Amino acid sequence: MKPKRNTHFLLYVAGDGPNSTLALANLNAVCRSRLKESHSIDVIDVFRDPDRAIRDRVFMTPTLIKLSPQPTIKIIGNLSDRAPLLRALGVAPDGT
Amino acid sequence: MKARRTPAPSSQNKAATGISGLDEITRGGLPRARTTLIVGGAGSGKTVLSLQFLVHGARACNEAGIFVAFEESAERIAINAQSFGWDIESLTPGQLTFIDAQPDANVVRSGDFDLEALCAVLDHAIEQSNAKRIVFDALDVVLALLPDAAARRRELYRIHNWLLVRALSGIMTFKAGVDETAWITEQPFGFLQFMVDCAVILNHSVVLGVSQRNLRVQKYRGSSFDENEYPFLIGRSGFELAVIRPIAVLAESSSSERVSSGVERLDTMLNGGYYRGASIQITGFSGTAKSTLAACFAEAACKRGERTLFVSFDSDARELARNLVSVGIDLDKHVESGLLHIVSARSIIGSSETCFVRIKALAFEHEAVCMVVDPVSTWARSVNDLTAPTVGERLIDWSKANGVTLLFTRLFDDVSTEIHVDSPLQISTLADTWIHLNYLVQAGERNRGLSIIKSRGTSHSNQVRELLLSDEGVTLADAYTAGGAVLMGTQRWQKERSERNEAESDEVTRELMRVRLDSEEAELAMRLKSLEIELHAKQVEKALLVRTTDARIGELTRERDHIDELRGRDTPKKRGQRRK
Repeated sequence: MKPKRNTHFLLYVAGDGPNSTLALANLNAVCRSRLKESHSIDVIDVFRDPDRAIRDRVFMTPTLIKLSPQPTIKIIGNLSDRAPLLRALGVAPDGT
Repeated sequence: MKARRTPAPSSQNKAATGISGLDEITRGGLPRARTTLIVGGAGSGKTVLSLQFLVHGARACNEAGIFVAFEESAERIAINAQSFGWDIESLTPGQLTFIDAQPDANVVRSGDFDLEALCAVLDHAIEQSNAKRIVFDALDVVLALLPDAAARRRELYRIHNWLLVRALSGIMTFKAGVDETAWITEQPFGFLQFMVDCAVILNHSVVLGVSQRNLRVQKYRGSSFDENEYPFLIGRSGFELAVIRPIAVLAESSSSERVSSGVERLDTMLNGGYYRGASIQITGFSGTAKSTLAACFAEAACKRGERTLFVSFDSDARELARNLVSVGIDLDKHVESGLLHIVSARSIIGSSETCFVRIKALAFEHEAVCMVVDPVSTWARSVNDLTAPTVGERLIDWSKANGVTLLFTRLFDDVSTEIHVDSPLQISTLADTWIHLNYLVQAGERNRGLSIIKSRGTSHSNQVRELLLSDEGVTLADAYTAGGAVLMGTQRWQKERSERNEAESDEVTRELMRVRLDSEEAELAMRLKSLEIELHAKQVEKALLVRTTDARIGELTRERDHIDELRGRDTPKKRGQRRK
C-alpha cells in the first residue's frame, strides 16, 4: 500500500538479556508513536544465529540495523536514548 | 655451551610465544588458559606480538588461534604480517581465524549495550576451530563506545570471564600513552592490571630522532620473571627481544674460550688469541693499519661461521672491502654469505647516544657474535653532551653482557704524542686487551710496530713486533734490538742477513775443529794400542825371568845340601841354636 515508506529493521539481541528486552520495547514504542507508516522488525538472536551476526558484523548487542529505506544505518544500544535514535531514523525530535 | 639454551619446552601452565627472548624472561611463555594484557602506545608492536603468539601456537604448538581485530581490518593485518615471512597463507583457515570486529565509523549510539554478541560469535568460531589461543587486538576501541566507566568495567569482566571459562590463553591489547603512570591511574582501565594474570608493557620512544623500543613484563601471577626492561626490535622475522644472557652462563663460556685475532703470530703472542666475549682495543696513529688488524679479526670470525658486525666510522662498506683486498682480506665473500654486515656509521646522524642505540640495534638485528667498531674515537669527537664519556664504557658493558666479542680501534691524532690515557673516551682501562700500533722511524724508514700493552688473564709477549702487510695477508715479524733500539724494515733485514752469515762461518769453523779432534783421537788410540802390546811383551819377559830365577835357586840349594851331606854336616838347626 505504502511501499515507499516501509521501514525494515533488523534487531540483533542476545537471548532475553535486559538490554535486549529493553531495546525491543523501546523500538516498538518509537515505531508506534513516531513511525505511523508500515514497518517490520526481524529479531535475530545472536546465540541462535552467530553466522548471521558475523556476516552483518554485529559484535555488540543490542544492535539495530535499519535496512530500508536506504541508507543502511546501524544503531547500537538499548535505544533508551531517544534523541540520537530519532535523528538516525530521520524523524523530528520529540516535542515538535 | 649453554648460552643458546632454548626456553624450557613450555611447562604445563605456559603457552610459548616463539618470540626469542620473551619466552626466556617469562620462563616459558604467557600464562596458559589465562589472560595477558599488552599495553603500549600506537605503533609499539602490540599487534605484531599478539599475532606472532597465534602463528607460533598454530604452527609449533598445534593450538589453533582466533584474532579479533577491533582497529584494523583483518585483511590489512594479514598483509602487514606478510613482511615477516610467517607465511600465514599456508595455515589452514581453522588454524588461524580472523574476525573483523571494527565498529562502523558512523555507528549511532543509543543507550547501553554489551558484548554478548561478540561472545556468541566467538563461541561459534571456537566450536568450529577448537581454538586454544585468542587475541583481542585494541579492545580499547570498542570499550570507548560504552557510555560510562561502569559499563566498560562490566564488559571487561564479561570478556575476562568468558576467556577463563573456556580455558583460553588470551591476549588483550590496549593502547596507552608513553607515560605509563598515566595509564595506571587512568580509569577505567586501571583495574585491568589487577584483573589479568600477566601484564606486558611495550614502549616506543624516540631518543634524539632514533626509534627505541622496550618491553617490560610488569606482572606475572604465579611465575617468576625478569622485571627489567629489554630493548626489542620488529625485525625481518617479527618481534625479537634483546635478552641479556645470564651472567653465570657468560662467565662459563667466556672464561676459557679463545678466538683468533686473524694473525697467527699475534695469537701466539697472546697465548692463543683474544678471549671470547672480551673487549679489545687497538690504538695507533693514522695509517698504522688499525683497520686492517680489525678486519683480520672480522675475517677470522666469519671463517669460523660467526655472525659479525663491522661498524666503520671512516669509510663506507664498499671502500673498506676494496681496500682490504690489497692485503689479502676478502670481506666481500662474507658479506654475500650474510655472515658479515658492514655498516658505515657516517650515515648515522646525531649524538653519540644515537649512535650507541643504533649500533646496539644493528648488532641485535644481525645477531652478531663478534663486533668491530672502527674507530671509536670519531664517535667521541662529534659529541659534546654529557653522555659522551660513558658511551664507550657502556658499549663495552653492553657487549660483555651480551657475550659479544668487541674489537674497537682508537685513533691518536697527533703522531708526536705518546700514549695518552686521558683521552675523551676513558675506556682504555676497561678494555681487556690493548694493542698499540706505532710508527718507528729509523734510517729513513717508517715501519709499523705492534706491541701488546695489556692483556688481562693472559701471559703475553712483551716484545715489540713488526707488522708486515702484503698481498698475502698480515704477518708479524720479530723485531731486532740493537743498542736499545728496535730494528725494523731494511735494518732488520740487514741484521738478519749478517746474523745468517755469522752463523754460516761459525758452522765451518766448528766442522774443522771436529775433524782435527777426530784425527787426534785416532792417533791417541793407535798409541794406546802399541803401548798395550809393549806392556804385554814386558810382562811375558818378566814372568820368564821369575821362573828361571826360581829354578836356579832350587838347584843351588840342592847342590849345597848335597855338599853338606858329603862333608858330614851337623844339623842345621843346631847350628842355628848355637848362634843364639
